Amino acid sequence: MTNVTVKVGLASCGVAAGAMEVYEVLRHYQQSGAAIDLQQTACIGMCFEEPIVELSGGTLGTLSLGKVEPERIADWVEDYRRGELPQANIILAEKQEATRNSLLDGQTRIVLRNCGVIDPKSIAAYEAAGGYIALQKALSMKPEDIVEEVKSSGLRGRGGAGFSTGLKWSFAARAKGPKKYVVCNADEGDPGAFMDRSTLEGDPHNVIEGMIIGAYAMGADEGYIYCRAEYPMAIAHLKIAIEAAKAKGYLGKHIMGTDFNFELHIKEGAGAFVCGEETALMQSIEGKRGMPTIRPPFPAESGLWGCPTNINNVETWANITWIITNGADEFRKIGTDKSPGTKVFALAGKIAGSGLIEVPMGIPLKDIIYKVGGGMKTEKPFKAVQMGGPSGGCIPASLLDTIVDYDSINATGAIMGSGGMVVMDEGTCMVDVARFFLNFTQNESCGKCTFCRIGTRRMLEILTRITEGKGEMEDITRLEELATNIIKGSLCGLGQTAPNPVLTTLRYFRDEYLAHIQDKRCPAGVCTSLLRFEVIEDKCIGCTACARKCPVACISGSVKQVHKIDQEKCIRCGACFSACKFNAIRKG
Amino acid sequence: MEQDFSQLDAILGMYRGKPGILIPLMQEAQNLLGYLSKDAMRYIAQKMNIPAADIYGVATFYSMFKLKPQGKHIVRICKGTACHVSDADGIKEALVEAMQLEKGEDTTKDMNFTLMEVACLGCCSLAPVIMIDDTTYGKLTPEAIPGILERYAFVEEQ
Ligand SMILES: Cc1cc2nc3c(=O)[nH]c(=O)nc-3n(C[C@H](O)[C@H](O)[C@H](O)COP(=O)(O)O)c2cc1C
Repeated sequence: MTNVTVKVGLASCGVAAGAMEVYEVLRHYQQSGAAIDLQQTACIGMCFEEPIVELSGGTLGTLSLGKVEPERIADWVEDYRRGELPQANIILAEKQEATRNSLLDGQTRIVLRNCGVIDPKSIAAYEAAGGYIALQKALSMKPEDIVEEVKSSGLRGRGGAGFSTGLKWSFAARAKGPKKYVVCNADEGDPGAFMDRSTLEGDPHNVIEGMIIGAYAMGADEGYIYCRAEYPMAIAHLKIAIEAAKAKGYLGKHIMGTDFNFELHIKEGAGAFVCGEETALMQSIEGKRGMPTIRPPFPAESGLWGCPTNINNVETWANITWIITNGADEFRKIGTDKSPGTKVFALAGKIAGSGLIEVPMGIPLKDIIYKVGGGMKTEKPFKAVQMGGPSGGCIPASLLDTIVDYDSINATGAIMGSGGMVVMDEGTCMVDVARFFLNFTQNESCGKCTFCRIGTRRMLEILTRITEGKGEMEDITRLEELATNIIKGSLCGLGQTAPNPVLTTLRYFRDEYLAHIQDKRCPAGVCTSLLRFEVIEDKCIGCTACARKCPVACISGSVKQVHKIDQEKCIRCGACFSACKFNAIRKG
Repeated sequence: MEQDFSQLDAILGMYRGKPGILIPLMQEAQNLLGYLSKDAMRYIAQKMNIPAADIYGVATFYSMFKLKPQGKHIVRICKGTACHVSDADGIKEALVEAMQLEKGEDTTKDMNFTLMEVACLGCCSLAPVIMIDDTTYGKLTPEAIPGILERYAFVEEQ
């Protein structure tokens, strides 16, 4: 039998799906004498197929198995070693057809090139994949030439706003030292986004190397990675990577034999969305309440402890090594003229292929959803895709030809955001989605600006009223007025963008608001207060199951007689609907 | 009654005189004490020469800091967008029912569980998701909840 390599994906989502058990089985299998090279890796992005095991080195070429069952994995590896095709769920295959091969076709991997490929806890694996070569090259360049290279690559900040990274670097480079900082924003607060988590879990050295290069280019000697505490594995992998980089002389004093020194720390967030905003983030690193401050001064002039500071998002930093190695011109060949390069998206919601993808800018949304994302999860048709989280908006089916770049997405009223894409189907109520986001921003508003603090609360009250069937037509005007004022009256991006989810749903799904307000009806059947439960007389056999389950005793009727629901008393909990075995209760 | 917080002294000593230490210091103090009582915050303020108001301000700003005693196991229910559209509310109801929490309560009477909502656990493809201590459970249905909680109750009895 050939000596094959077996790699198990052990990122957060893999572990949550049971990958650790699979790994343990394989370890025992190896200990029992099987000559396999057992390795760990992170996430290749197909979270919906976790746990995933990759087999390579055998005559069949590389195979990836999905939804692996721990009871059977050892047999499958055994088959593979004998050159027989395992009777497993083969998702990717080098030499033959496989169910998910096509999902990778539309992707271009720069940021995620090592994710799910190498062992993120091994600096040797990163170096073998070409790691720290960019740093070596950068250290032989003049700092201003590096800034120039990043500028001409056209890289735009991946944290949301899309500001030119090279330009931002040039401000910090020009600022007066001697003390300067670089910061990596890994707060990833958008609900529905997990790009930065996967990048840090899967390839921490790539982010760290990007930061070292940036620090050298801008003349900083200290850096922080601000990572949310809900990502314990990302933090653990970063810590391991920093220690290893120090031991190898990539961090610390006299990096790679030069005069350049750089020290890197990790700061854990403490659970506040607004701390993803750069000025609030710096307050938080300084140990204070994370309240945004007025800009100017911009961080490039006066940031952490008053020193010039450059903040970039995880994914922005993760692009740097590729740009330095391959050059700005190569980078510009990918993507569009105004938005070069790729973008990582976290696909979630009602989509078949939920997980992480990296696509070239300029790809139409419909290709992301129907090709790279594998289409809808169920029979229910597509309704909207939410981009940009609480600062973004819902893009309807009619706009699926929109291409992915900063300017085209902005034109729809949504924003590119950091890369969360939540797909919604006909079973999702858009008023409820708007209420969901307003509930979020209302909770997370730091309270500094009155319009943001109180305005979002008023909007939430109105939306709640509408979902409860108590809305009136004037509420739509009220929402629009409040939205305009909150945008104008807020200091930071949180307030300035908080109304977006409401404005886009009002723009594209106004009918649904009207149905709630005028007809007291929720077309998607989500808003419980607007639901009605009724007994279908022909089907009811009088088994009394529903009446016994009803918590408010509002169902009358004796044994073997048709039952009746008292609509006045009904609290619409749906207990009767679940209890009925004869489909004799109508929900609508 | 004056409580004795001298067990904090080692932590405080480690951080004294360094910049930007308040949040990690409070995190460690909370890890040790389980939560930050007013007395504990006052103690830190005095020993570190930081205004108590600053400490209280930080404690109330970040959702990570707990001002009340917490249960032995922390159950985090994800309220992210993907979970929301996959009926996270149904999961929450099942949790509240299984834990027999009254309205406004978040900790069980036996102090075994504390339930809290979090904005997103970042495991969106497994929605709906909960996390108990450091273990994530995905693709949940309300029916699965009592069985999952039982595992933690069982360990408790042994
Ligand atoms: C409320 C709010 C939350 C934000 N959250 C994040 C975040 O989680 N991650 C991030 O990289 N940027 C976030 N940003 C954007 C940052 O302020 C900043 O623009 C970004 O870190 C700059 O990096 P970039 O130029 O590489 O995109 C947020 C902004 C606002 C207003």
